[in-house]
Amino acid sequence: MLDRLREPWSDQRAERTLGALASLVLVLIALMIIFVAIRAWPSFQHNGLGWFTGRGDIDEQIGRQVNGGANPTAADYRIGAWPLIWGTILTTGLAVGIGLCFSVLAAIFIVEFSPGGLRRVIVPVVRLLAAVPSVIYGLIGILVLVPFVNNHLVSEGRKESVQYVINLSGTGLLVSVVILTVMITPIMIAIIVDALYAVPRGWKEGAVALGVNRWRAMWTVSVRAARPAIIAGAVLACARALGEAIMLSMVSGSKGFAPNPADGITFIFEPLRPLASTIVEDAESLNAPAVQATVYSFALLLLFSAFTMSFCAWLAKQPMKKYGIRV
Amino acid sequence: MAVTPSAEPLRPLRPPRKRRVNESLRTWRWTDRIAFVLCWASGLSLCLIAAAIVVYMAVKGLQFLSFDVIFSRPLPSADQQGSGGFWDAIVGTVLLTIIGIAIATPIAVATAIWVVEYGRPSWLARAVESGIEIVAGTPDIVIAIFGLALFQQGIFAPLSFTAQGGAVFGRSFLTAGAMMSLIALPMVFGATREGLQSVPAHVREASYGLGKTKIATIRRVLLPSVKPNISTGAALGMGRIAGDTAIVVVLLGATLRIDPEGSVPGVGLLRGTGGTLTSYVYNNSPAGEGNAPQKAYAAAFVLLLVVIALNFAVDAIAKRGAKTGLESTRLGA
Repeated sequence: MLDRLREPWSDQRAERTLGALASLVLVLIALMIIFVAIRAWPSFQHNGLGWFTGRGDIDEQIGRQVNGGANPTAADYRIGAWPLIWGTILTTGLAVGIGLCFSVLAAIFIVEFSPGGLRRVIVPVVRLLAAVPSVIYGLIGILVLVPFVNNHLVSEGRKESVQYVINLSGTGLLVSVVILTVMITPIMIAIIVDALYAVPRGWKEGAVALGVNRWRAMWTVSVRAARPAIIAGAVLACARALGEAIMLSMVSGSKGFAPNPADGITFIFEPLRPLASTIVEDAESLNAPAVQATVYSFALLLLFSAFTMSFCAWLAKQPMKKYGIRV
Repeated sequence: MAVTPSAEPLRPLRPPRKRRVNESLRTWRWTDRIAFVLCWASGLSLCLIAAAIVVYMAVKGLQFLSFDVIFSRPLPSADQQGSGGFWDAIVGTVLLTIIGIAIATPIAVATAIWVVEYGRPSWLARAVESGIEIVAGTPDIVIAIFGLALFQQGIFAPLSFTAQGGAVFGRSFLTAGAMMSLIALPMVFGATREGLQSVPAHVREASYGLGKTKIATIRRVLLPSVKPNISTGAALGMGRIAGDTAIVVVLLGATLRIDPEGSVPGVGLLRGTGGTLTSYVYNNSPAGEGNAPQKAYAAAFVLLLVVIALNFAVDAIAKRGAKTGLESTRLGA
C-alpha cells in the first residue's frame, strides 16, 4: 500500500486527486447552505413573512425562547427580527457610505498627491489598519470612545428625555459606525488603489496635455475609469461590515432596539444590535431548540446577503476585465 | 555610405529623469483646491488613526504587561490579584493557528495547482474560483455556526466531547481549527495562484522537453519556485486566524483555561476546549464576564504584536513581486 503511494503518480491520477481536493470547496459551500437552512427552517416555518417585521421587544422574545428550554411550544418560536435587521442595515450602510468617500480620497492621495516618502509610510499603514483584529478595535471602542461619548457628547438632559425607553450610555450607533468605518476602509482603499494604478497612463496624460490640473485629470479620467472597481470595493466592504460580530457586540450597546431617525440628534446615540452580534451572544444557549432555530435563521440571512454581495462584486468587476485589469 | 563603427561602445540610454511638475495651486479653481486639501486630510488622518491605535495599545500594554501576567495560568477569581495571567490563551492561539494553517495550506495549494495547471473542465475550474471568493466573503460568524452544526453530527464525535445522552458537543481545538482553515484558505489560494501564473510558460516547456510528466514538473519545478508565495499566503492566513474571535467564541468554547478532554495527553488536548488571546481580550473587556481592562490591554498588546509580526513577515519573505504593496490578496479582500 505504502509502496504504491511512493511510486511516481501518473498524470491522470494526479489530475483527478487535485480536482477532487479543489471541488471540496464547492461541497463545503453546499453543506454550509444545507446545514444552516435545515436548522433555520423551524423559525421561518412558525413565523412566515412576519419574521422580517418588528414585533415588539426582540430581547424579550429571545429571552422567552431561552426559558422555553428543551420543549418549546409553537408560541416560543415567535420572533420579529426587524430591529436586528435594521441595526445591520444602519451600521453597514452608514459605514460603507462614509468609508467610500473617505477611501476614494485616500486612494487618490496615495496614487497621485503623496510625496514618495509619505507613500512608503502610508501603504504599510493601510495594511496595518486591515490587520488589526476586530477585538482590539472593540476594546479601544469600549474603553476609549464610549466613555468619551458618554461624558462629553451625550448631555444629561438628553439621557433623561429618553430614560423610560432606552438607556443612553455612550454605546450605540455613533461609536459603532466610526469604528466600523475605520475597519472597512483599508479593503476599499486597496481595491481602488489597484484600479487607479491600472488605468493606462496615456489616458491621464492626455487629459493633462489638454491643460487640466492634476486633480481634474484624476477625477475626470482615472476615477471615472475605475468606477467598477470602486463599486466592487464598496460591495466587498459591505460584506465585511455585515459579518462584523465581535467589535459591534462590544460597542453597539447590544440592545435589540431599532434607532429611529425621527429622534433627531438622539438617533446617533441610540443603542442597537446587528444580526451577527446576536449570533455570538446567543451561541451559549443553542441547546434550546427555539433559540437554535432563531440563531440559525439569522445566520441564513447573513449567508444569503454575503452570497449576494459576492455575486454583485463579481458583476461589478466585469467591465474592468475589458481593459485587462484584474482586481 | 558604410556605417563606421563608433569608437566608444554604445552606452545604454538612461531613461529621462522624472521631474515634478511645479504646478501652482494658485491657478486651480477653488473647488479643486478643496478637493486637494481633502485628499491630504484623508491620507494624513489614516496615518494618525493608525499611529494613535499603535501608540495607545503600546502605552497601555507595556504598562500592564509583566513576566508574571504572560507566564502564569489564568485562574477563575473575582479578584484581579488572583486571576492569574494568560499563558493558556497564548498556547491556545499558537495551537489553533498551527492546526488551522496545517489544514488550509495543502488544500489551498492543491486547489491553486489544479485551477492553474489543469483546470479542466473549465466550468468546474471557474466554479471553484468563485467558490473560494464566496468563502472569502462569508462572515466568520456564519462559518463558526455552520461548523457547530456540522461537527455536532454523530459521525464527527471523535473530534470533540460527547455528553452522556450521546449529544456531541462539537467544540474543540480540532473543530475550531478545521473551520479556521476556511478563513486562511482564500489567502493561501490567492497567493499561490498568483505565483503559479507568474511562472513563465517556457519554464514548464523546458521541463516537458526533458521528458518530465506534468505532475513531475509541478513537484520539481513549479512548487519550489512558488514556495515564497505559499509562505506569504500562509503568513497572512495565520495572521487572520490569530486575530479571529467569532470562531473561538462559538467553536472553541472560549474558556479561561485549556481543558483537555480524556486522558490521552496529545489527543486529549486537541479534543478539549480552550481559549485564545482574542477570546481572552473579549471576555476581559467590559463587555465580557471578566471585566479586567488591565489584563485585556496586556493581552491585546501581545495579540497586536503577533498579528503585526505575521503581516509584515510577508515583506521579508517576498521582497519582489508586490508592486503597490496594497494588492487585495494581502488584505484578505
